Parts: sequence; structure tokens; C-alpha cells
Amino acid sequence: MIKISNVSKNYGAFDVLKDCSTTVQKGEVVVVCGPSGSGKSTLIKCVNGLEPFQSGEIIVDGTSVGDPKTNLSKLRSRVGMVFQHFELFPHMSITENLAIAQIKVLGRKQDEAMDKGLKLLDRVGLKAHAHKFPGQLSGGQQQRVAIARALAMDPICMLFDEPTSALDPEMINEVLDVMTELAQEGMTMMCVTHEMGFAKRVANRVIFMDHGRIVEDDSKEAFFANPRSERAQQFLAKILHH
Amino acid sequence: MNYQWHWGVFLQPSASGDDTYLGWMLSGLKMTIALSLSAWVLALALGALIGVLRTAPNKWLAGFATAYVELFRNIPLLVQLFIWYFVLPELLPESIGNAYKQSNPMLQQFLASMICLALFTSARVAEQVRAGINSLPKGQKNAGLALGFTLPQTYRFVILPMAFRLVVPPLTSEFLNIFKNSAVCSTIGLLELAAQGRQLVDYTAQPYESFIAVTVAYLLINVTVMFLMRKVEHRVAVPGYLGGK
Amino acid sequence: MYEFDWSSIPGALPFLWDGMKISLEITLTAVVIGIVWGTLLAMMRLSSLKPLALFAAGYVNLFRAVPLVMVLLWFFLIVPKFIEQLFGLPPGTDLRLTSAMIGFALFESAYYSEIIRAGIQSVPKGQMAACSALGMTYGQAMRLVILPQAFRNMVPLLLTQAIILFQDTSLVYVSALADFFGAAYKVGDRDGRLVELLLFAGAVYFVICFAASTVVKRLQKKFHPA
Repeated sequence: MIKISNVSKNYGAFDVLKDCSTTVQKGEVVVVCGPSGSGKSTLIKCVNGLEPFQSGEIIVDGTSVGDPKTNLSKLRSRVGMVFQHFELFPHMSITENLAIAQIKVLGRKQDEAMDKGLKLLDRVGLKAHAHKFPGQLSGGQQQRVAIARALAMDPICMLFDEPTSALDPEMINEVLDVMTELAQEGMTMMCVTHEMGFAKRVANRVIFMDHGRIVEDDSKEAFFANPRSERAQQFLAKILHH
Repeated sequence: MNYQWHWGVFLQPSASGDDTYLGWMLSGLKMTIALSLSAWVLALALGALIGVLRTAPNKWLAGFATAYVELFRNIPLLVQLFIWYFVLPELLPESIGNAYKQSNPMLQQFLASMICLALFTSARVAEQVRAGINSLPKGQKNAGLALGFTLPQTYRFVILPMAFRLVVPPLTSEFLNIFKNSAVCSTIGLLELAAQGRQLVDYTAQPYESFIAVTVAYLLINVTVMFLMRKVEHRVAVPGYLGGK
Repeated sequence: MYEFDWSSIPGALPFLWDGMKISLEITLTAVVIGIVWGTLLAMMRLSSLKPLALFAAGYVNLFRAVPLVMVLLWFFLIVPKFIEQLFGLPPGTDLRLTSAMIGFALFESAYYSEIIRAGIQSVPKGQMAACSALGMTYGQAMRLVILPQAFRNMVPLLLTQAIILFQDTSLVYVSALADFFGAAYKVGDRDGRLVELLLFAGAVYFVICFAASTVVKRLQKKFHPA
């Protein structure tokens, strides 16, 4: 589904990504972790072309992301993304947030888009808030709406960029629960997150990044039982004793 | 100082005979409002466009917009006005220039004033619009793109609706400024409020009454504009966000 | 097509320079008086003494509501008579420059006072509390602690306002005072070369203001590295 081959990116002399390669199979859940500044957010933004990269290749469902001839908008409409700061559109009601891209990008009818949006809103447990505006919801609720907004586009896979790191601790689980359910239904997911409990529960593989490199890329069992690199061991020790 | 106050002067028939001095003031007020409003509409449209271009990823477009803003911000309004009024007609192709110079002088004054105020103000509006766009979290643009919007669609549905709401308060002061700046147009003979006030002094020798009347008229314009813009602010307030409920 | 003839400019340069000196003189006087009087107004406006606060608010709002051209016009009409009477000067003494300076200074201090008020308010409230806790008076706290911090934040804004003020000095045209713009206009009018002289004046203003605002932007980055 997602194939990343030898991707490198730099800002001048500073390397953000160095020769990163990995793949995500259909139906697979891959968690990307690593210390801050390790390039994990940049990597996931490269997958739908929000960040350009200088060399290497990323193929999503047979389409090359870096190819200038690729219609990036079209590709992005098929890849769902959830952001650290939710990024709901504050001037639109929740229903409008859910419907706008369906209507303007996919060309769906207003009623159809509303129906679909409300169904997904119900699924994330927020049907009662349909008429509200983003600013009137808690962070956890906003993030669940953001997930519903991405799902409304019927994505072939989902990218999560630290979806819980801007949330108060008591709201993290409501978001992780939605993500877990999604994983169990077989959605292809690539998640940048520090939530190791979530990784243990649903991930197939864990990628550990440091200084722009993919240091570990292993099955979850192997990663947690016995991380090979010292950096990963230190990282796990810090995060698990938190 | 033994100044003779005489407020009745406004009701006296004016020197032109067919009007009172109050009538002069009111026609000046009308001119100030007509000029400022028409220039404001143009300035908003142009300023929005230039402000958006300043944030464009294309270097040439952004560069053009920056040059535009710098040009109109770094030359005094009076100089710009004189260039529009005295210089431009000379530089036009002769046939058009001559036709223009033979048109109604009042029309010439009004057009030069309107274009001048519109472009001068548009550069300031553009700066506010750019600041509004840049103050939005960068993630908003990414979220729009990630949903499959093209860049123009992202501006239209995501960035601009919020940016325009954010710039309403700073635009209020630009809107007030355009009324005040319109007084500069009295220098090319346009009979707006300040010019009528001055005429009154020449004809009636009652400078203080005339001064106070003109000041009150500007204060009224100010209060009205602030009231209207506050209405606009409430109208576009986003619930749960920035002054919204 | 219009045929440009720039030949009247070189000979007029000394006259234009004299005009520029007047523009700069007015700018400098108005900036200095504006900042001093503006600071006092800002402190009055923030003070707990109601009459002072009301006076300052009225002053600032009145001057900010009316056009500068109008204020200048009125100062040319009123101030000369007033000064003549006050100092017993013979009628007809040329007081246009003095009135222009007074007009600009009083007008600009309203704008400066708003910048300074915002600057004072940008200093965290805890600073004033800390001063009181140390036993300082209001005046000491302002002079030693609050204003130095406020001014550091305000320097770029104060300079930007000075650039705007420099541009606005061209408005003394209404009193036929030969500042830089007035001088350029007079030369152009005399030689029938208004087009060239106006464009030249525009270019000179642009170069000066653009250079000055570039310097201010640099300063701003130095004071507040983003």
C-alpha cells in the first residue's frame, strides 16, 4: 500500500531524513516512534506530499508521490490524515467540517455528504454535537471529529501525526479507543505516536527513528521484547517508566 | 480675545446665493462619504488580492505583491495624489490624455482622488490580510491540502474565511483612516468636508464655528464607522473562538 | 508621447535641499515633543486619577478622529495670531514653520501616546507589583522599571511612526511653506516641469522611507528574534 524507498530530505546542510525505507502492507498498522526532532512527523508528511523530499521515492497505492506529474490533490483525497492540533476549520460547524471536502473534492451531493458525515460522527460518539462549532468542543472531541472527517472521504489508508500529544491526559483514551477500533476493522494505518500501550495493543510493526534515520523496523513483539539499538532501549526505558 | 460667536451663520444664504452655509457643509460631507466609500470598496478588493499574492508560493507573484506594497507605503499620500492628478494625464497617449483633460474638472478631481486613496489604502489592507493569513496555524493549510483540496480551494474554503474574520478589527482603523485621508484631496480642489470648512472661513470670517462644525462631522463619521464595524465583527464571530460565544 | 526634460532639477538642488532640511526639522521636533508629551498622556490615561485619565482619553480620541490636513490648516489660521498676541510680535511675522511644528507635535503625540500606552500595558502586571513590594513609589516604578522595558519593546513602532510622520510633513504644502515637497512643487510650477519634479519628489521620498523602514525591520529582528 505504502512503499517508501531511500527517501532523504534536507534543509540546507541539515538532514531531516536520511535514506529512509519501509513499507506498509494493506491492513497493516505501523507505529512510528522516536525522540522529538527525529524526523518522524516529517516522514509521515512526505507520504501524502505535504512535505517535499529531495531524493528517493514514495509509492502510495501505485502512485508516485514525488513525481511532478502526479495529481497530489487527488492522491491526498484518498489518504486520510489526522493532525496533532486537530485542524478542524473553526468557522464551520461540525457537520460542515465533515461535509465540505466530500462535496468540493469528491463531488458528492449535499445530502449524501451530510448523511455520511453524521453516520461517522455517530460512530465516534459525537452525534449530539453535530450543530456545534469546533471551538465549543474539548480537545478529545475535536480530535474524534477530525478522525471522522478523514474517514468521510473513504480513505484507502490513514496517517496519524501525533494525534494525542496535544491532549490533556484524561482525553487521550477516548481518541485511542477510536483508533483501536479502526485498526481492528482492518484499516491500513501509519501512526506517529508515543503511546506505547496503543502500539502493544494493535500495531503489527514498530518503526523507531533517530536523527532522521530509521533505526529499527521490526514486528511489535521483537521491538518490545528486545530492541536492538541502544537509542531505542533508552527511549523505551524513558517512556515506559513515565 | 474678544471673539464674536455667531452660530446663526450656518443658516445664512451662502455667497453663491442658492444655498445656505449649512448646505455647503452637507455637500462637503456627502462628497467625503462618496469618495471614501467608493475608494474603500476598491481598496478592499485590491488589498485582499495583493495580500493573498504576498503569501503565494510563486516567487514572482509574491515579489510583485511586495513591490506593490512597498511602493504605495513609502511615498507620501499627497505626492501620490499629485502624481495621479497632474502627472498621469500627461503620460497617457495624447488623444486619451486630451479627452481626459477636457472632461469635467470635478470628475477629474474625483477620479484622481478615488484611485489614489484606493491604491494607497489597498497596500495597507494587503498588509493586514497577509498578517491575518500568516497568523493562522500552518496546520490549517496542511489539513485543507490533506483532504484533497487544491491550493486555491484551500485558500477559498479554509484560509481566507478565517483570515478575513481576523482582519476585521485592524481593518476598522484602515476604514477610519480612509475618511481622514480623503481630506488630503482638498489640496487638488475637491470640495469635500475639510475644503468646505475652509471656504466657510474665507467667506464668513467665523473660523471657530466652522472648525467646530467640521470636527463634529468627522467625529460623527468615526462613531458611525466604529459602530458598523463592531456589527460586522459580531456578525462574523466564530463560536468558541476569538470573541465568539 | 510626453517628452521628459529633467534639466531643471540639477540647478534646483540647493533649494530642494533647503526644503528637505525644513521637512527633517519638522519631523525631528514633532518626534521629540510627540514622544515626551505622548508618554505623559499615556501615563495620565493609565493613572487612577479620573480627571487626568478623562482628559488624556479625550485629547487622544479627538486628535485621532480628525484629519491631519485639517488640524494643520487650523493651526495656520489660529496659532500665528495667538503667538503674536502672546509675545507682542508685529503682525505679519512669518510663523508658518513654528505653527507647523506645534501642529505636528500636538497631533502626533496622540498617536505616540497610543503606542506608548500599549507598550506600558505589554509589561507584565507582576512587575508593578514587584516594585510596590520593594517599596517604590508609582513614579519610581514607572521611571526605573516599567518605562525602560516598555520603550525597548516600542522602539521599532516609534521609528515606524516617525517614518509616517516624515511622509506627512509634505502636508505643510497647505500653508505654502517650502518643505521638500513644497520646494519641488514650486520649481516644477515655475519651469513648467511639474511632471518631472513630482516624479523626482516621489522617488526621493521612496528611497528615504524604504531605506529607513528596511533599517527598522532589521532592528525589529534584532530586538525580537523570532
